[in-house]
Amino acid sequence: MAERGPLDLKTQPGFGKVALLCLFLLYAPILILMIFSVNSGSIITHWEGVSLHWYGAALADDDFHSAARNTMVIAISATVIATLTATLAAIGMTRVKPWRGLGAAFMVINLPLMVPEIVTAIATLSFFALVAGKLGLNFGIGNLIIAHTVFCIPFAYMPIRARLEDMDLTLEQAAADLYAPPWQTFRRVTLPLMMPGVFSGMALAFIVSFDDFTITQLVAGPGQTTLPLYIWNQTRRPMTPEINAISTILLLISIIVVTASALIARRRKA
Amino acid sequence: MSAPPPASPRERQADRSAARRNRWLAGPAVTIVALFGIVPLLIVLVYSFLAPAPYGGVQWKFSTDAYLNFLFQRDIFSDALEFSPAFLLIYLRSFVFAVITTLICLALGFPTAYFMATRPPEQRNWWVLLITIPFWSNLLVRTLAIMFIIRDEGLINMALMGLGLIDKPITMLYTNFAIVLGLFYSFLPFMVLPLYSSLEKLDFRLVEAAHDLYATRRQVLWRIVIPMSAPGIVAGCLLVFIPALGAYVTPLILGGGTHLMIGDLIAQQFGSGRNWPLGSAQALILMAAVLVALWVYVRNAAKGGKHG
Repeated sequence: MAERGPLDLKTQPGFGKVALLCLFLLYAPILILMIFSVNSGSIITHWEGVSLHWYGAALADDDFHSAARNTMVIAISATVIATLTATLAAIGMTRVKPWRGLGAAFMVINLPLMVPEIVTAIATLSFFALVAGKLGLNFGIGNLIIAHTVFCIPFAYMPIRARLEDMDLTLEQAAADLYAPPWQTFRRVTLPLMMPGVFSGMALAFIVSFDDFTITQLVAGPGQTTLPLYIWNQTRRPMTPEINAISTILLLISIIVVTASALIARRRKA
Repeated sequence: MSAPPPASPRERQADRSAARRNRWLAGPAVTIVALFGIVPLLIVLVYSFLAPAPYGGVQWKFSTDAYLNFLFQRDIFSDALEFSPAFLLIYLRSFVFAVITTLICLALGFPTAYFMATRPPEQRNWWVLLITIPFWSNLLVRTLAIMFIIRDEGLINMALMGLGLIDKPITMLYTNFAIVLGLFYSFLPFMVLPLYSSLEKLDFRLVEAAHDLYATRRQVLWRIVIPMSAPGIVAGCLLVFIPALGAYVTPLILGGGTHLMIGDLIAQQFGSGRNWPLGSAQALILMAAVLVALWVYVRNAAKGGKHG
Protein backbone atom coordinates (compact mmCIF):
# COMPACT_ATOMS: atom_id res chain seq x y z
CA MET A 1 0.00 0.00 0.00
CA ALA A 2 2.97 2.27 0.50
CA GLU A 3 3.20 3.13 -3.18
CA ARG A 4 -0.34 4.55 -3.31
CA GLY A 5 0.17 8.29 -3.30
CA PRO A 6 -2.35 10.23 -1.26
CA LEU A 7 -2.87 13.06 -3.75
CA ASP A 8 -2.16 12.77 -7.44
CA LEU A 9 -3.43 9.41 -8.56
CA LYS A 10 -2.48 10.04 -12.18
CA THR A 11 1.25 10.29 -11.52
CA GLN A 12 3.43 7.39 -12.54
CA PRO A 13 6.84 7.33 -10.86
CA GLY A 14 9.78 8.23 -13.10
CA PHE A 15 7.70 9.29 -16.11
CA GLY A 16 8.55 12.95 -15.60
CA LYS A 17 12.25 12.14 -15.67
CA VAL A 18 11.86 10.19 -18.91
CA ALA A 19 10.00 13.15 -20.44
CA LEU A 20 12.82 15.51 -19.48
CA LEU A 21 15.37 13.03 -20.84
CA CYS A 22 13.50 12.97 -24.16
CA LEU A 23 13.50 16.76 -24.34
CA PHE A 24 17.21 16.77 -23.57
CA LEU A 25 17.94 14.17 -26.27
CA LEU A 26 15.85 16.07 -28.82
CA TYR A 27 17.35 19.47 -28.15
CA ALA A 28 20.97 18.90 -27.02
CA PRO A 29 22.34 18.10 -30.51
CA ILE A 30 20.55 21.08 -32.07
CA LEU A 31 21.71 23.46 -29.35
CA ILE A 32 25.31 22.23 -29.56
CA LEU A 33 25.24 22.78 -33.32
CA MET A 34 23.90 26.30 -32.79
CA ILE A 35 26.51 27.10 -30.15
CA PHE A 36 29.34 25.96 -32.42
CA SER A 37 27.98 28.17 -35.21
CA VAL A 38 29.25 31.23 -33.34
CA ASN A 39 32.69 29.70 -32.83
CA SER A 40 35.45 31.92 -34.18
CA GLY A 41 37.92 29.09 -34.85
CA SER A 42 38.12 27.34 -38.18
CA ILE A 43 38.12 23.79 -36.82
CA ILE A 44 34.59 22.61 -36.51
CA THR A 45 34.76 20.95 -33.08
CA HIS A 46 37.41 23.09 -31.42
CA TRP A 47 36.06 26.06 -29.45
CA GLU A 48 38.06 29.29 -29.74
CA GLY A 49 35.70 32.14 -28.96
CA VAL A 50 32.46 33.85 -29.89
CA SER A 51 32.18 35.41 -33.31
CA LEU A 52 29.68 35.81 -36.13
CA HIS A 53 32.52 35.32 -38.61
CA TRP A 54 31.04 32.19 -40.18
CA TYR A 55 27.65 33.79 -40.70
CA GLY A 56 29.43 36.54 -42.60
CA ALA A 57 31.35 33.98 -44.62
CA ALA A 58 28.15 32.10 -45.45
CA LEU A 59 26.21 35.21 -46.41
CA ALA A 60 29.03 36.42 -48.65
CA ASP A 61 29.11 33.16 -50.59
CA ASP A 62 27.59 33.33 -54.09
CA ASP A 63 26.71 29.64 -54.07
CA PHE A 64 24.79 30.19 -50.85
CA HIS A 65 22.87 33.04 -52.48
CA SER A 66 21.85 31.00 -55.47
CA ALA A 67 20.89 28.04 -53.23
CA ALA A 68 18.79 30.36 -51.06
CA ARG A 69 17.14 31.84 -54.16
CA ASN A 70 16.32 28.39 -55.57
CA THR A 71 14.96 27.25 -52.22
CA MET A 72 12.67 30.25 -51.90
CA VAL A 73 11.43 30.06 -55.52
CA ILE A 74 10.61 26.35 -55.11
CA ALA A 75 9.16 26.57 -51.60
CA ILE A 76 6.98 29.62 -52.31
CA SER A 77 5.66 28.29 -55.64
CA ALA A 78 4.93 24.84 -54.19
CA THR A 79 3.33 26.37 -51.09
CA VAL A 80 1.03 28.66 -53.09
CA ILE A 81 -0.12 25.92 -55.50
CA ALA A 82 -0.48 23.31 -52.75
CA THR A 83 -2.39 25.62 -50.38
CA LEU A 84 -4.78 26.82 -53.09
CA THR A 85 -5.58 23.35 -54.42
CA ALA A 86 -5.74 21.84 -50.91
CA THR A 87 -8.15 24.57 -49.75
CA LEU A 88 -10.45 23.94 -52.71
CA ALA A 89 -10.23 20.19 -52.13
CA ALA A 90 -11.01 20.54 -48.42
CA ILE A 91 -14.11 22.60 -49.22
CA GLY A 92 -15.22 20.13 -51.87
CA MET A 93 -14.70 17.22 -49.53
CA THR A 94 -16.20 18.40 -46.23
CA ARG A 95 -19.10 20.73 -47.11
CA VAL A 96 -20.87 18.11 -49.23
CA LYS A 97 -22.89 14.97 -48.85
CA PRO A 98 -20.63 11.95 -49.29
CA TRP A 99 -20.17 11.40 -53.02
CA ARG A 100 -19.00 8.38 -54.91
CA GLY A 101 -15.23 8.57 -55.19
CA LEU A 102 -14.86 10.71 -52.06
CA GLY A 103 -12.92 7.95 -50.30
CA ALA A 104 -10.75 7.44 -53.38
CA ALA A 105 -10.06 11.18 -53.66
CA PHE A 106 -9.09 11.24 -49.99
CA MET A 107 -6.69 8.34 -50.50
CA VAL A 108 -5.10 9.96 -53.56
CA ILE A 109 -4.50 13.24 -51.73
CA ASN A 110 -2.94 11.46 -48.74
CA LEU A 111 -0.91 9.01 -50.83
CA PRO A 112 2.35 11.02 -50.65
CA LEU A 113 2.31 10.52 -46.86
CA MET A 114 2.21 6.74 -47.17
CA VAL A 115 4.88 6.21 -49.83
CA PRO A 116 8.43 6.13 -48.43
CA GLU A 117 10.29 9.27 -49.47
CA ILE A 118 13.03 7.41 -51.29
CA VAL A 119 10.42 5.62 -53.45
CA THR A 120 8.75 8.95 -54.31
CA ALA A 121 12.20 10.32 -55.12
CA ILE A 122 13.20 7.61 -57.61
CA ALA A 123 9.67 7.50 -59.07
CA THR A 124 9.71 11.25 -59.73
CA LEU A 125 13.21 10.98 -61.17
CA SER A 126 12.05 8.20 -63.52
CA PHE A 127 8.98 10.21 -64.50
CA PHE A 128 10.92 13.33 -65.47
CA ALA A 129 13.59 11.26 -67.22
CA LEU A 130 10.84 9.64 -69.29
CA VAL A 131 9.15 12.98 -70.02
CA ALA A 132 12.48 14.44 -71.09
CA GLY A 133 13.44 11.37 -73.13
CA LYS A 134 10.14 10.69 -74.92
CA LEU A 135 8.58 14.15 -75.15
CA GLY A 136 11.73 16.25 -75.04
CA LEU A 137 10.26 18.36 -72.24
CA ASN A 138 12.33 19.69 -69.38
CA PHE A 139 10.79 22.26 -67.08
CA GLY A 140 14.08 23.12 -65.40
CA ILE A 141 13.43 24.17 -61.85
CA GLY A 142 9.74 23.56 -62.61
CA ASN A 143 10.48 19.85 -62.16
CA LEU A 144 11.36 20.50 -58.53
CA ILE A 145 8.34 22.78 -58.05
CA ILE A 146 6.05 20.02 -59.35
CA ALA A 147 7.72 17.35 -57.20
CA HIS A 148 7.45 19.53 -54.09
CA THR A 149 3.83 20.50 -54.79
CA VAL A 150 2.83 16.83 -54.76
CA PHE A 151 4.10 16.14 -51.24
CA CYS A 152 3.05 19.59 -49.96
CA ILE A 153 -0.62 19.01 -50.86
CA PRO A 154 -1.44 16.51 -48.06
CA PHE A 155 0.41 18.63 -45.49
CA ALA A 156 -1.63 21.69 -46.48
CA TYR A 157 -4.83 19.66 -46.76
CA MET A 158 -4.83 18.09 -43.27
CA PRO A 159 -5.13 21.23 -41.07
CA ILE A 160 -7.57 22.94 -43.47
CA ARG A 161 -9.84 19.91 -43.47
CA ALA A 162 -9.58 19.58 -39.67
CA ARG A 163 -10.54 23.23 -39.29
CA LEU A 164 -13.54 22.89 -41.62
CA GLU A 165 -14.74 19.82 -39.75
CA ASP A 166 -14.49 21.61 -36.39
CA MET A 167 -16.35 24.68 -37.63
CA ASP A 168 -19.88 25.34 -36.52
CA LEU A 169 -22.27 24.98 -39.47
CA THR A 170 -24.92 27.17 -37.81
CA LEU A 171 -23.11 30.42 -38.70
CA GLU A 172 -23.22 29.57 -42.38
CA GLN A 173 -26.85 28.55 -42.05
CA ALA A 174 -27.63 31.84 -40.31
CA ALA A 175 -26.05 33.76 -43.18
CA ALA A 176 -28.08 31.74 -45.67
CA ASP A 177 -31.25 32.35 -43.64
CA LEU A 178 -30.57 36.07 -43.90
CA TYR A 179 -30.61 35.75 -47.70
CA ALA A 180 -26.87 35.90 -48.23
CA PRO A 181 -26.15 34.30 -51.62
CA PRO A 182 -23.81 31.26 -51.42
CA TRP A 183 -20.77 33.17 -52.65
CA GLN A 184 -21.30 35.93 -50.09
CA THR A 185 -21.78 33.35 -47.32
CA PHE A 186 -18.54 31.75 -48.34
CA ARG A 187 -16.66 35.04 -48.69
CA ARG A 188 -17.93 36.65 -45.45
CA VAL A 189 -18.46 33.66 -43.13
CA THR A 190 -16.77 30.43 -44.21
CA LEU A 191 -13.52 31.88 -45.50
CA PRO A 192 -12.66 34.06 -42.45
CA LEU A 193 -13.49 31.15 -40.14
CA MET A 194 -11.30 28.71 -42.03
CA MET A 195 -8.31 31.05 -42.36
CA PRO A 196 -6.41 29.69 -39.29
CA GLY A 197 -6.53 26.25 -40.91
CA VAL A 198 -5.31 27.71 -44.20
CA PHE A 199 -2.45 29.49 -42.43
CA SER A 200 -1.23 26.41 -40.62
CA GLY A 201 -1.59 24.36 -43.82
CA MET A 202 0.47 26.96 -45.62
CA ALA A 203 3.12 26.96 -42.88
CA LEU A 204 3.44 23.17 -42.96
CA ALA A 205 3.62 23.09 -46.77
CA PHE A 206 6.34 25.73 -46.72
CA ILE A 207 8.38 23.90 -44.07
CA VAL A 208 8.27 20.48 -45.73
CA SER A 209 9.29 22.00 -49.06
CA PHE A 210 11.95 24.23 -47.51
CA ASP A 211 13.50 21.30 -45.63
CA ASP A 212 13.22 18.58 -48.25
CA PHE A 213 16.46 16.80 -49.01
CA THR A 214 15.79 13.27 -50.28
CA ILE A 215 13.44 14.02 -53.17
CA THR A 216 15.27 17.19 -54.17
CA GLN A 217 18.63 15.42 -54.21
CA LEU A 218 17.46 12.79 -56.68
CA VAL A 219 15.31 15.03 -58.88
CA ALA A 220 17.51 18.16 -59.02
CA GLY A 221 19.37 18.81 -62.25
CA PRO A 222 22.75 20.55 -62.48
CA GLY A 223 22.69 24.05 -61.01
CA GLN A 224 19.44 23.41 -59.11
CA THR A 225 21.03 23.43 -55.67
CA THR A 226 18.74 24.17 -52.74
CA LEU A 227 19.90 25.00 -49.21
CA PRO A 228 19.71 21.40 -47.90
CA LEU A 229 21.67 20.24 -50.97
CA TYR A 230 24.17 23.04 -50.40
CA ILE A 231 24.70 21.84 -46.83
CA TRP A 232 25.12 18.27 -48.05
CA ASN A 233 27.73 19.37 -50.61
CA GLN A 234 29.60 21.20 -47.83
CA THR A 235 29.82 18.04 -45.74
CA ARG A 236 31.73 16.34 -48.50
CA ARG A 237 34.59 18.83 -48.26
CA PRO A 238 36.74 19.62 -45.24
CA MET A 239 34.09 21.06 -42.97
CA THR A 240 34.23 24.54 -41.47
CA PRO A 241 31.85 26.11 -38.93
CA GLU A 242 30.18 27.76 -41.95
CA ILE A 243 28.07 24.60 -42.22
CA ASN A 244 26.93 25.15 -38.61
CA ALA A 245 25.99 28.73 -39.42
CA ILE A 246 23.87 27.76 -42.43
CA SER A 247 22.33 24.85 -40.51
CA THR A 248 21.42 27.20 -37.68
CA ILE A 249 19.73 29.59 -40.12
CA LEU A 250 17.67 26.68 -41.50
CA LEU A 251 16.73 25.48 -38.02
CA LEU A 252 15.71 28.97 -36.91
CA ILE A 253 13.47 29.41 -39.95
CA SER A 254 11.73 26.09 -39.17
CA ILE A 255 11.37 26.99 -35.50
CA ILE A 256 9.93 30.44 -36.27
CA VAL A 257 7.43 29.18 -38.85
CA VAL A 258 6.26 26.24 -36.69
CA THR A 259 5.96 28.36 -33.54
CA ALA A 260 4.11 31.13 -35.35
CA SER A 261 1.72 28.65 -36.89
CA ALA A 262 1.07 27.00 -33.50
CA LEU A 263 0.47 30.37 -31.83
CA ILE A 264 -1.95 31.52 -34.55
CA ALA A 265 -3.89 28.26 -34.25
CA ARG A 266 -4.00 28.55 -30.46
CA ARG A 267 -5.14 32.19 -30.34
CA ARG A 268 -7.93 31.65 -32.85
CA LYS A 269 -9.17 28.67 -30.87
CA ALA A 270 -9.38 30.63 -27.63
CA MET B 1 -22.64 20.30 -33.77
CA SER B 2 -26.38 20.85 -33.80
CA ALA B 3 -28.53 19.15 -36.43
CA PRO B 4 -29.40 21.41 -39.38
CA PRO B 5 -33.00 22.63 -39.38
CA PRO B 6 -35.34 20.80 -41.76
CA ALA B 7 -35.09 22.34 -45.21
CA SER B 8 -37.88 22.88 -47.72
CA PRO B 9 -37.71 20.68 -50.83
CA ARG B 10 -36.58 23.63 -52.93
CA GLU B 11 -33.83 24.53 -50.50
CA ARG B 12 -32.76 20.93 -50.35
CA GLN B 13 -32.49 20.80 -54.11
CA ALA B 14 -30.43 23.99 -54.13
CA ASP B 15 -28.20 22.45 -51.49
CA ARG B 16 -27.76 19.35 -53.54
CA SER B 17 -26.80 21.14 -56.74
CA ALA B 18 -24.33 23.29 -54.79
CA ALA B 19 -22.89 20.13 -53.29
CA ARG B 20 -22.59 18.62 -56.74
CA ARG B 21 -20.75 21.70 -57.95
CA ASN B 22 -18.51 21.70 -54.89
CA ARG B 23 -17.20 18.19 -55.35
CA TRP B 24 -15.26 19.34 -58.44
CA LEU B 25 -13.22 21.58 -56.17
CA ALA B 26 -11.24 18.46 -55.24
CA GLY B 27 -10.28 18.15 -58.91
CA PRO B 28 -7.05 20.18 -59.10
CA ALA B 29 -5.44 18.61 -56.00
CA VAL B 30 -6.44 15.07 -57.01
CA THR B 31 -5.21 15.66 -60.57
CA ILE B 32 -1.81 16.95 -59.44
CA VAL B 33 -1.19 14.04 -57.07
CA ALA B 34 -2.52 11.46 -59.55
CA LEU B 35 -0.47 12.79 -62.48
CA PHE B 36 2.79 13.53 -60.65
CA GLY B 37 2.51 11.11 -57.72
CA ILE B 38 0.73 7.99 -58.94
CA VAL B 39 1.82 7.92 -62.60
CA PRO B 40 5.51 7.95 -61.52
CA LEU B 41 4.84 4.91 -59.31
CA LEU B 42 3.31 3.12 -62.31
CA ILE B 43 6.40 4.02 -64.33
CA VAL B 44 8.53 2.43 -61.60
CA LEU B 45 6.39 -0.69 -61.88
CA VAL B 46 7.00 -0.79 -65.65
CA TYR B 47 10.72 -0.04 -65.26
CA SER B 48 11.13 -2.96 -62.87
CA PHE B 49 10.30 -5.30 -65.79
CA LEU B 50 12.76 -3.73 -68.24
CA ALA B 51 16.49 -4.14 -68.87
CA PRO B 52 19.01 -1.56 -67.67
CA ALA B 53 20.66 0.79 -70.16
CA PRO B 54 24.45 0.98 -69.77
CA TYR B 55 24.58 4.60 -68.55
CA GLY B 56 21.47 4.75 -66.40
CA GLY B 57 17.87 4.66 -67.59
CA VAL B 58 16.24 1.65 -69.21
CA GLN B 59 16.13 -0.35 -72.43
CA TRP B 60 12.59 -1.14 -73.59
CA LYS B 61 13.02 -4.91 -73.45
CA PHE B 62 10.88 -7.08 -71.18
CA SER B 63 12.97 -8.73 -68.49
CA THR B 64 12.43 -10.22 -65.06
CA ASP B 65 16.14 -9.95 -64.26
CA ALA B 66 15.54 -7.15 -61.73
CA TYR B 67 13.50 -9.46 -59.51
CA LEU B 68 15.81 -12.43 -60.11
CA ASN B 69 18.82 -10.26 -59.26
CA PHE B 70 17.20 -9.43 -55.98
CA LEU B 71 17.80 -12.99 -54.78
CA PHE B 72 20.21 -14.50 -57.29
CA GLN B 73 23.36 -13.62 -59.08
CA ARG B 74 24.25 -14.89 -62.52
CA ASP B 75 27.56 -16.66 -62.62
CA ILE B 76 29.78 -14.84 -65.13
CA PHE B 77 31.20 -18.02 -66.61
CA SER B 78 28.50 -20.65 -66.51
CA ASP B 79 25.49 -18.26 -66.67
CA ALA B 80 23.88 -20.29 -63.87
CA LEU B 81 21.82 -18.55 -61.19
CA GLU B 82 23.29 -18.70 -57.74
CA PHE B 83 21.51 -17.69 -54.57
CA SER B 84 22.98 -14.43 -53.32
CA PRO B 85 21.52 -13.06 -50.11
CA ALA B 86 23.33 -9.66 -50.17
CA PHE B 87 20.20 -7.59 -50.90
CA LEU B 88 18.01 -9.75 -48.71
CA LEU B 89 20.41 -9.17 -45.81
CA ILE B 90 20.18 -5.40 -46.28
CA TYR B 91 16.37 -5.67 -46.16
CA LEU B 92 16.62 -7.85 -43.08
CA ARG B 93 19.00 -5.41 -41.40
CA SER B 94 16.71 -2.47 -42.20
CA PHE B 95 13.80 -4.42 -40.72
CA VAL B 96 15.74 -5.16 -37.52
CA PHE B 97 16.88 -1.52 -37.24
CA ALA B 98 13.31 -0.30 -37.76
CA VAL B 99 11.96 -2.69 -35.10
CA ILE B 100 14.65 -1.74 -32.55
CA THR B 101 14.07 1.97 -33.26
CA THR B 102 10.31 1.53 -32.81
CA LEU B 103 10.78 -0.27 -29.48
CA ILE B 104 13.19 2.35 -28.09
CA CYS B 105 10.88 5.17 -29.25
CA LEU B 106 7.94 3.43 -27.56
CA ALA B 107 9.86 2.78 -24.32
CA LEU B 108 10.85 6.46 -24.00
CA GLY B 109 7.92 8.00 -25.87
CA PHE B 110 5.13 6.42 -23.83
CA PRO B 111 6.20 7.81 -20.43
CA THR B 112 6.80 11.18 -22.10
CA ALA B 113 3.36 11.28 -23.70
CA TYR B 114 1.72 10.13 -20.45
CA PHE B 115 3.56 12.81 -18.49
CA MET B 116 2.47 15.44 -21.05
CA ALA B 117 -1.16 14.31 -20.93
CA THR B 118 -1.27 14.60 -17.12
CA ARG B 119 0.04 18.22 -17.04
CA PRO B 120 -2.33 21.16 -16.57
CA PRO B 121 -3.77 22.28 -19.97
CA GLU B 122 -1.62 25.41 -20.35
CA GLN B 123 1.61 23.43 -19.75
CA ARG B 124 0.42 20.76 -22.17
CA ASN B 125 0.39 23.25 -25.05
CA TRP B 126 4.03 24.12 -24.40
CA TRP B 127 5.05 20.48 -24.24
CA VAL B 128 3.30 19.80 -27.54
CA LEU B 129 5.07 22.75 -29.14
CA LEU B 130 8.44 21.55 -27.80
CA ILE B 131 7.91 18.08 -29.28
CA THR B 132 6.50 19.50 -32.52
CA ILE B 133 9.48 21.74 -33.28
CA PRO B 134 11.98 18.90 -33.86
CA PHE B 135 9.24 17.08 -35.80
CA TRP B 136 9.26 19.88 -38.38
CA SER B 137 12.96 20.73 -38.25
CA ASN B 138 15.34 19.86 -41.04
CA LEU B 139 16.13 16.15 -40.86
CA LEU B 140 19.45 16.54 -42.66
CA VAL B 141 20.61 19.21 -40.23
CA ARG B 142 19.46 17.22 -37.19
CA THR B 143 21.30 14.17 -38.47
CA LEU B 144 24.45 16.22 -39.06
CA ALA B 145 24.11 17.50 -35.49
CA ILE B 146 24.25 13.90 -34.25
CA MET B 147 27.25 13.25 -36.47
CA PHE B 148 29.17 16.20 -35.01
CA ILE B 149 28.62 14.90 -31.49
CA ILE B 150 29.55 11.25 -31.97
CA ARG B 151 32.51 11.72 -34.32
CA ASP B 152 35.95 10.56 -33.17
CA GLU B 153 36.83 14.21 -32.56
CA GLY B 154 33.26 15.04 -31.49
CA LEU B 155 32.02 16.43 -28.21
CA ILE B 156 31.42 13.09 -26.46
CA ASN B 157 34.88 11.70 -27.19
CA MET B 158 36.53 15.04 -26.39
CA ALA B 159 34.73 15.18 -23.06
CA LEU B 160 35.57 11.59 -22.15
CA MET B 161 39.23 12.08 -23.07
CA GLY B 162 39.31 15.41 -21.28
CA LEU B 163 38.10 13.67 -18.15
CA GLY B 164 40.76 11.04 -18.63
CA LEU B 165 38.21 8.22 -18.84
CA ILE B 166 39.52 7.01 -22.21
CA ASP B 167 42.85 7.35 -24.02
CA LYS B 168 41.68 7.17 -27.59
CA PRO B 169 38.28 7.99 -29.06
CA ILE B 170 35.51 5.39 -29.06
CA THR B 171 34.41 4.84 -32.65
CA MET B 172 30.69 5.52 -32.78
CA LEU B 173 30.20 7.09 -36.20
CA TYR B 174 29.62 4.70 -39.13
CA THR B 175 28.43 1.90 -36.86
CA ASN B 176 25.08 0.19 -36.37
CA PHE B 177 24.82 2.07 -33.07
CA ALA B 178 25.07 5.39 -34.90
CA ILE B 179 22.29 4.46 -37.32
CA VAL B 180 19.88 3.30 -34.62
CA LEU B 181 20.67 6.40 -32.54
CA GLY B 182 20.01 8.60 -35.56
CA LEU B 183 16.74 6.82 -36.38
CA PHE B 184 15.57 7.12 -32.78
CA TYR B 185 16.47 10.80 -32.73
CA SER B 186 14.75 11.44 -36.08
CA PHE B 187 11.49 9.68 -35.35
CA LEU B 188 10.89 10.05 -31.59
CA PRO B 189 8.37 12.90 -32.10
CA PHE B 190 6.44 10.63 -34.52
CA MET B 191 5.86 8.31 -31.56
CA VAL B 192 5.16 10.89 -28.86
CA LEU B 193 2.56 12.96 -30.74
CA PRO B 194 0.02 10.20 -31.60
CA LEU B 195 0.51 8.64 -28.15
CA TYR B 196 -0.18 12.00 -26.57
CA SER B 197 -3.34 12.62 -28.55
CA SER B 198 -4.57 9.18 -27.52
CA LEU B 199 -3.64 9.59 -23.82
CA GLU B 200 -5.07 13.10 -23.69
CA LYS B 201 -8.52 11.64 -24.36
CA LEU B 202 -8.13 8.99 -21.65
CA ASP B 203 -10.89 9.14 -19.05
CA PHE B 204 -8.89 9.46 -15.84
CA ARG B 205 -11.96 8.62 -13.76
CA LEU B 206 -11.16 5.03 -14.71
CA VAL B 207 -7.75 5.46 -13.10
CA GLU B 208 -9.40 6.81 -9.94
CA ALA B 209 -11.87 3.94 -9.94
CA ALA B 210 -9.02 1.43 -10.21
CA HIS B 211 -7.23 3.10 -7.31
CA ASP B 212 -10.42 2.96 -5.25
CA LEU B 213 -10.46 -0.76 -5.91
CA TYR B 214 -6.93 -1.01 -4.47
CA ALA B 215 -5.06 -1.36 -7.73
CA THR B 216 -1.39 -0.39 -7.49
CA ARG B 217 0.03 2.25 -9.82
CA ARG B 218 1.71 -0.50 -11.80
CA GLN B 219 -1.57 -2.38 -12.19
CA VAL B 220 -3.35 0.81 -13.23
CA LEU B 221 -0.69 1.40 -15.88
CA TRP B 222 -0.69 -2.12 -17.33
CA ARG B 223 -4.36 -3.00 -16.99
CA ILE B 224 -6.06 0.37 -17.63
CA VAL B 225 -3.86 3.02 -19.25
CA ILE B 226 -1.92 0.91 -21.75
CA PRO B 227 -4.89 -1.14 -23.05
CA MET B 228 -6.98 2.02 -23.39
CA SER B 229 -4.29 3.82 -25.37
CA ALA B 230 -3.66 0.85 -27.70
CA PRO B 231 -4.82 2.73 -30.84
CA GLY B 232 -2.28 5.48 -30.13
CA ILE B 233 0.45 2.92 -29.49
CA VAL B 234 -0.24 1.15 -32.78
CA ALA B 235 -0.41 4.44 -34.70
CA GLY B 236 2.85 5.69 -33.14
CA CYS B 237 4.66 2.42 -33.84
CA LEU B 238 3.55 2.54 -37.47
CA LEU B 239 4.56 6.18 -37.87
CA VAL B 240 8.05 5.30 -36.61
CA PHE B 241 8.43 1.91 -38.25
CA ILE B 242 7.50 2.94 -41.82
CA PRO B 243 9.86 5.91 -42.23
CA ALA B 244 12.60 4.06 -40.30
CA LEU B 245 12.36 1.09 -42.67
CA GLY B 246 12.79 3.32 -45.73
CA ALA B 247 15.22 5.77 -44.11
CA TYR B 248 17.69 7.35 -46.49
CA VAL B 249 19.34 10.36 -44.84
CA THR B 250 20.23 8.64 -41.55
CA PRO B 251 22.22 5.68 -42.96
CA LEU B 252 23.69 7.95 -45.63
CA ILE B 253 25.29 10.24 -43.05
CA LEU B 254 25.71 8.04 -39.97
CA GLY B 255 26.34 4.74 -41.78
CA GLY B 256 28.92 6.25 -44.10
CA GLY B 257 28.09 4.02 -47.07
CA THR B 258 29.28 0.88 -45.32
CA HIS B 259 26.20 0.06 -43.27
CA LEU B 260 23.56 0.21 -45.98
CA MET B 261 19.82 0.30 -45.47
CA ILE B 262 17.09 -0.18 -48.08
CA GLY B 263 16.86 3.55 -48.83
CA ASP B 264 20.54 3.90 -49.76
CA LEU B 265 20.46 0.65 -51.69
CA ILE B 266 17.64 1.97 -53.91
CA ALA B 267 19.31 5.36 -54.37
CA GLN B 268 22.56 3.61 -55.33
CA GLN B 269 20.91 1.78 -58.23
CA PHE B 270 19.76 5.12 -59.62
CA GLY B 271 23.17 6.70 -59.02
CA SER B 272 26.49 4.93 -59.30
CA GLY B 273 24.87 1.50 -59.72
CA ARG B 274 23.23 2.56 -63.00
CA ASN B 275 20.65 -0.19 -62.75
CA TRP B 276 17.27 1.53 -62.75
CA PRO B 277 15.20 -1.65 -63.16
CA LEU B 278 16.88 -3.26 -60.15
CA GLY B 279 16.33 -0.07 -58.13
CA SER B 280 12.68 -0.01 -59.25
CA ALA B 281 12.17 -3.61 -58.17
CA GLN B 282 13.82 -2.89 -54.81
CA ALA B 283 11.58 0.16 -54.33
CA LEU B 284 8.46 -1.90 -55.09
CA ILE B 285 9.53 -4.58 -52.61
CA LEU B 286 9.89 -1.83 -49.98
CA MET B 287 6.44 -0.48 -50.94
CA ALA B 288 5.00 -3.96 -50.55
CA ALA B 289 6.45 -4.21 -47.03
CA VAL B 290 4.94 -0.82 -46.14
CA LEU B 291 1.55 -1.83 -47.53
CA VAL B 292 1.61 -5.03 -45.45
CA ALA B 293 2.28 -2.94 -42.32
CA LEU B 294 -0.55 -0.53 -43.21
CA TRP B 295 -2.90 -3.43 -43.96
CA VAL B 296 -2.19 -5.03 -40.58
CA TYR B 297 -2.90 -1.65 -39.00
CA VAL B 298 -6.18 -1.08 -40.82
CA ARG B 299 -7.34 -4.64 -40.03
CA ASN B 300 -6.50 -4.18 -36.34
CA ALA B 301 -8.20 -0.78 -36.26
CA ALA B 302 -11.35 -2.31 -37.76
CA LYS B 303 -11.27 -5.13 -35.22
CA GLY B 304 -10.71 -2.70 -32.34
CA GLY B 305 -13.64 -0.62 -33.57
CA LYS B 306 -15.90 -3.67 -33.40
CA HIS B 307 -14.91 -4.41 -29.82
CA GLY B 308 -15.25 -0.84 -28.63
